Amino acid sequence: MKVLVAVKRVVDYNVKVRPKSDMTDVDLANVKMSINPFCEIAVEEAVRLKEKGVATEIIAISVGPQQSQEQLRTALALGADRAILVSTDEVLEPLAIAKCLKAVCDAESPDLILMGKQAIDGDNNQTGQMLAALTGFGQATFASEITIDGDKITVIREVDGGLQTVALNLPAIVTADLRLNEPRYASLPNIMKAKKKQLDTSTPADLGVDVAPRVKMLGVELPAERQAGIKVADVAELVDKLKNEAKVIS
Amino acid sequence: MSTLVIAEHDNSSLNIATLNSVAAAQAIGGDIDILVVGESCQDAAAQAAKVAGINKVLVADNGAYANLLAENVAPLIAEVGASYSHILATSTSMAKNIIPRAAALLDVQPISDISAVISADTFKRPIYAGNVIATVQSSDAIKVMTVRGTAFDAAPADGGSASIEAVASAHNPGISTFVGEEVAVSDRPELTAAEIVISGGRGMGNGENFEMLYSIADKLGAAVGASRAAVDAGFVPNDMQVGQTGKIVAPDLYVAVGISGAIQHLAGMKDSKVIVAINKDEEAPIFSVADYGLVADLFVAIPEFDASL
Ligand SMILES: Cc1cc2nc3c(=O)[nH]c(=O)nc-3n(C[C@H](O)[C@H](O)[C@H](O)COP(=O)(O)OP(=O)(O)OC[C@H]3O[C@@H](n4cnc5c(N)ncnc54)[C@H](O)[C@@H]3O)c2cc1C
Ligand SMILES: Nc1ncnc2c1ncn2[C@@H]1O[C@H](COP(=O)(O)O)[C@@H](O)[C@H]1O
Repeated sequence: MKVLVAVKRVVDYNVKVRPKSDMTDVDLANVKMSINPFCEIAVEEAVRLKEKGVATEIIAISVGPQQSQEQLRTALALGADRAILVSTDEVLEPLAIAKCLKAVCDAESPDLILMGKQAIDGDNNQTGQMLAALTGFGQATFASEITIDGDKITVIREVDGGLQTVALNLPAIVTADLRLNEPRYASLPNIMKAKKKQLDTSTPADLGVDVAPRVKMLGVELPAERQAGIKVADVAELVDKLKNEAKVIS
Repeated sequence: MSTLVIAEHDNSSLNIATLNSVAAAQAIGGDIDILVVGESCQDAAAQAAKVAGINKVLVADNGAYANLLAENVAPLIAEVGASYSHILATSTSMAKNIIPRAAALLDVQPISDISAVISADTFKRPIYAGNVIATVQSSDAIKVMTVRGTAFDAAPADGGSASIEAVASAHNPGISTFVGEEVAVSDRPELTAAEIVISGGRGMGNGENFEMLYSIADKLGAAVGASRAAVDAGFVPNDMQVGQTGKIVAPDLYVAVGISGAIQHLAGMKDSKVIVAINKDEEAPIFSVADYGLVADLFVAIPEFDASL
């Protein structure tokens, strides 16, 4: 079974992002970039499927700037067999990214596409669902457990009310939630080996994808600051404040 | 201009989340229709028809839509929604799952989680875990969006008398099936709708200790939430997670107990009106957003708090 894993290069989750001084966008100059945490979980799941003998080949794919090779090398060090970079200097929207991924799916015919549920930069939570629409495949978003049996995949999904289980025909798209697994760290020998693995590059134009943006960023602002609060001495003072000052309990 | 609001419901009743999207649709302006998709969902449709200011309610009542599988519902939304200028749904797990799929079928770039309407094509939305608010303008002919429930006060649930029309088409490509669900049952209010939320973090130590929070919640009529660390550790189920990648809440009172205050957690609760933090580490970042901070061991403070209610 061939597995495609989509990984995005994003700001590291520990970075507190600030606007640029002209407030046109966020300031990403010199901030630490990483593989999106949910994509890391997707890669881990693919590697576990290979270790179980279910997956035979894992292809990591990223759409983004040349530097995304770093994140693809991370995926290769974690266990992906080869990688594809769809290289572009534009900031693409999920629809355009999904179209690029669709073109690669057409060429590679994977049986399973693993993705993150959300990229922590735009917090869009869209790309997997949109790729599923474009390919016509079934989708299981927010996955916390997957089981593959022949040409079917059964997925437990994290939903507002609790957990839901769905079964999909393969090929299918699964987006990883936080509890799908705990990703491993790449070992030094594997990082060295990853440098020699195949990494092919193409562009959206090569794939025939129109990436013209539909949504324009007009500017950014900081959210409203909260007023500085106070420290209370004890529970009695806390209860008194909540009853008589904030009036939120009676 | 006309907006199609996708209802959130359980077939027998309309979920209040729907009314947050109706409010966003009112801010956009123009006619508002509601689409109720499900199986045996006539009661929910009847409730939708009572919402003030609704033009008509469209009901797609069909076995194909029984469990709201994205593969079946997205083509319906794309089909019905094609004649509207806006398609809206409140950011529930249902909407997050289906709306982008419907948007792609319409060749539209959807906008997730809008927190304000500036004009018919311009909206605000939080990005980077809410550290920044972006203003974005869509040039798509149809604007397909999810709405951050906490950012729009629910529109009135009654006062209207919209007509109800059946939508006959049933989509079922047959590529997915619903197997089952494990739904948390609780007498406490729903996390995203509660006026008071009390959440526990890793500091709670284990699942049994959450009983202390349930006891307080029952006295206050509160919902109980959790940090990711508490969910990952198996103290409580996933549906209790508050944060960037969990539920977004903005109650009148949010009490964070044994939660450090990582940006991903703050993203889900920092718009609460009053925030209380109880943490034994006075340096914990949660105190930077707390109106009332209590530096204390929760195992002493929480029983005391309970006793004083
Ligand atoms: C991609 C991604 C998405 C994430 N999404 C979310 C999300 O949606 N929601 C979320 O919450 N997190 C999320 N996180 C995790 C987040 O970064 C933090 O790891 C998490 O919020 C920490 O949970 P915590 O505060 O309970 O645990 P800790 O950070 O371990 O804090 C525990 C706190 O309890 C206090 N404490 C311990 N014992 C006591 C005691 N006896 N009395 C009083 N205080 C005590 C400690 O002082 C400490 O401050 C995400 C992370 C990533 C990478
Ligand atoms: N530029 C990209 N390249 C590769 N995969 C991506 C890209 N953008 C998004 N994805 C995938 O889609 C998931 C959800 O992203 P988003 O829809 O942006 O929240 C990510 O976790 C990735 O798996």
